[in-house]
Amino acid sequence: MKEIWIVQGFANNLNLRNRIGTVWYVIFQASTIVGIIALIALLFNVIDGSFGYVAYEAKVDPDTLAVDGVPVEAQSKEQLVSLLQSSLSSGAYNKLENEKPFESRSREGVYQLVVERIIRPQIVAVWKLWPSLTQADEIRATVAQDFPQAELDFVSWLTYDFVSRPQTSEPLTAGVRTAILGSLWTILFTILLAFPIGVGAAIYLEEYAFDNWLNRIIQTNINNLAGVPSIVYGILGLAIFVRALEPLTSGKMFGLVNLTSENGRTVLSAGLTLGLLVLPIIIINAQEAIRAVPQSLRKASYGVGATKWQTVWSHVLPNAMPGILTGTILAISRAIGETAPLVVVGASTAISFDPSSPFSKFTTLPIQIYQWTSRPQDEFRSLAAASILVLLVLLLSMNASAVLLRNRFSRRF
Amino acid sequence: MVGLTLKNKEKKASARNLRRKPRWGETIIQALLFFSGFFSIFTTLGIVYELGKEALLFFQMPEVNLLASLTTTEWKPHIGKFGIWPLVTSTMMTTLIAMTIAIPLGMSVAVYLSEYASPRVRNLLKPVLEVLAGIPTIVYGYFALTFMTPILREIFGRDVVQIYNTGSAGLVMGILILPLITSMTEDALSAVPRSLREAAYGMGATKLEVALQVVVPAALSGIAAAVIVGVSRAIGETMIVAVAAGAGPNFTLNPFVGAETITGHVVRISGGDLSYDSIDYNSIFALGLLLFFITLVLNIVSQMIVRRFREVYE
Repeated sequence: MKEIWIVQGFANNLNLRNRIGTVWYVIFQASTIVGIIALIALLFNVIDGSFGYVAYEAKVDPDTLAVDGVPVEAQSKEQLVSLLQSSLSSGAYNKLENEKPFESRSREGVYQLVVERIIRPQIVAVWKLWPSLTQADEIRATVAQDFPQAELDFVSWLTYDFVSRPQTSEPLTAGVRTAILGSLWTILFTILLAFPIGVGAAIYLEEYAFDNWLNRIIQTNINNLAGVPSIVYGILGLAIFVRALEPLTSGKMFGLVNLTSENGRTVLSAGLTLGLLVLPIIIINAQEAIRAVPQSLRKASYGVGATKWQTVWSHVLPNAMPGILTGTILAISRAIGETAPLVVVGASTAISFDPSSPFSKFTTLPIQIYQWTSRPQDEFRSLAAASILVLLVLLLSMNASAVLLRNRFSRRF
Repeated sequence: MVGLTLKNKEKKASARNLRRKPRWGETIIQALLFFSGFFSIFTTLGIVYELGKEALLFFQMPEVNLLASLTTTEWKPHIGKFGIWPLVTSTMMTTLIAMTIAIPLGMSVAVYLSEYASPRVRNLLKPVLEVLAGIPTIVYGYFALTFMTPILREIFGRDVVQIYNTGSAGLVMGILILPLITSMTEDALSAVPRSLREAAYGMGATKLEVALQVVVPAALSGIAAAVIVGVSRAIGETMIVAVAAGAGPNFTLNPFVGAETITGHVVRISGGDLSYDSIDYNSIFALGLLLFFITLVLNIVSQMIVRRFREVYE
């Protein structure tokens, strides 16, 4: 009798319990969808800012610059140079000549100067991609009404020119070449510092270290360093690399003093700072890769009389290398995206020349994005969006190569 | 007689060969490896020493008073007011907003991935989370300023929500931390052995009851560690607040107005060439030291929780 009651109670309750289960299932699924929507919104927002209508007014109407019916964009280099000579003050012209003689400039470079210095298009309004696609007519009407002089163009902010041009203060001619080269130079020194020391530390901890207090402290310390905010590394870099090691990082020690780097806020300082930042990540990843190499391989090596280092060098490392490299690439892609430590170390805000040595002043891609995002004008936001796309493509290709590396070379034991 | 000495000689020779030879190459390599391992200790010592030294200089400055900076609510370096609270409250507020988003969402996603999703769905979703985790924080900052802020201003009104506000920075920070919490929680949930689930099913539990009343409690230490690491990450997060939360310390609990966090303040005053030994220069070291210790304590607590309360299954 009692048993039947229990079963009935169980059955009565079951519907409710199942219903609660369904409700929660929907909640769990909805949360997952929210996460996906966030990613889509983020990507949409970046793409939305990278393309769209731009209305601009030229200070000088390009049509008036035509010579013998040849429009300015089709003129030869000599014509453009003489145009510059006649339109600019002799001081401004000579300054340009001094920066780089006109003979050695390309036609495109000279045309760029004509646009910048004589035509001088000024952006008056910017629209994002979505309104540009859905409300094109209204945009045209607004421009015709508010800016009758202005020309309206559909612009892709992300172009080949954008990637290959140096940075300028004019949004229409600004590019990210300086920033990309700055990022690459910085990363070079990050790798030079973090890869050998990181792999060395991982080998030490996995293959050599006994379980004593010193090695436990080293291990705990590495785990803790991985959780230190990146900005703290920036402050450390400012104190050590920029200030204390200034003779080294500014190049004074090597007699390489030039005007562009009178202090330690250089590519070298930035790279070393980021090196400290990614070091714990590289160590932890490399440790995991080394741990995955089966013990039998080591024993076989010892069995034929190899020394410890011979075993590590010829058997453990080759088998762990795909994992180590994958982990390193992921750590480096973290370094490429870092902004805060470099702001503190002192990335330059506006430089238009490419870094040429470890002792150059620098800007990097994320710094450039930060600078442009902080400007209130819409056109700089669009530049920021386009540079974000460049950065994301760079990171995506790095991550893809890490995944390929893992799939291609990883061995299962 | 002769044979005996020969035998002895042979014995001696073979004994010598078996003795450990000094291998200088190996020793040097081992020393180098030890140095690499020890290098990270230098980093920590460097942080503590350099930050401590400059922070000490900061507190020795005549304008600065440790007691006053802990008890007053104005941070205005140019008139010598160094009350730490405006920076701390806005840091706590962005962190709180981020965690109210990231904890429930992150755990729901983790439970879904580990308990409900089919392997195919899981293989599809995990890369999405990895992509989210790999996006640089400056991109999230751009997202907060150009996407989240306009939405907040549409919803709550333009005169209520300022262009720079801690609310939108906090919300986007929640999205940033979501994948971190999800992946750590999911690891903890997957480590719970299958037998516990089977036993609960055997008792007639529904899927939800198994997930929430058996698996989650068993993985609680890992989940707690995930939350603490998330908090530590939120406190140290810089670029989102530097871009979207506003410039200028502001003692307020209103999420719709601009207020500078500790990290945001450090970034703003160190942008541009900061001259050495100025009060601003020294103050970023004091703030950096504060950040370092807060996050260090949180990380150590999270590791202790994992070690102390981990349920060990065979």
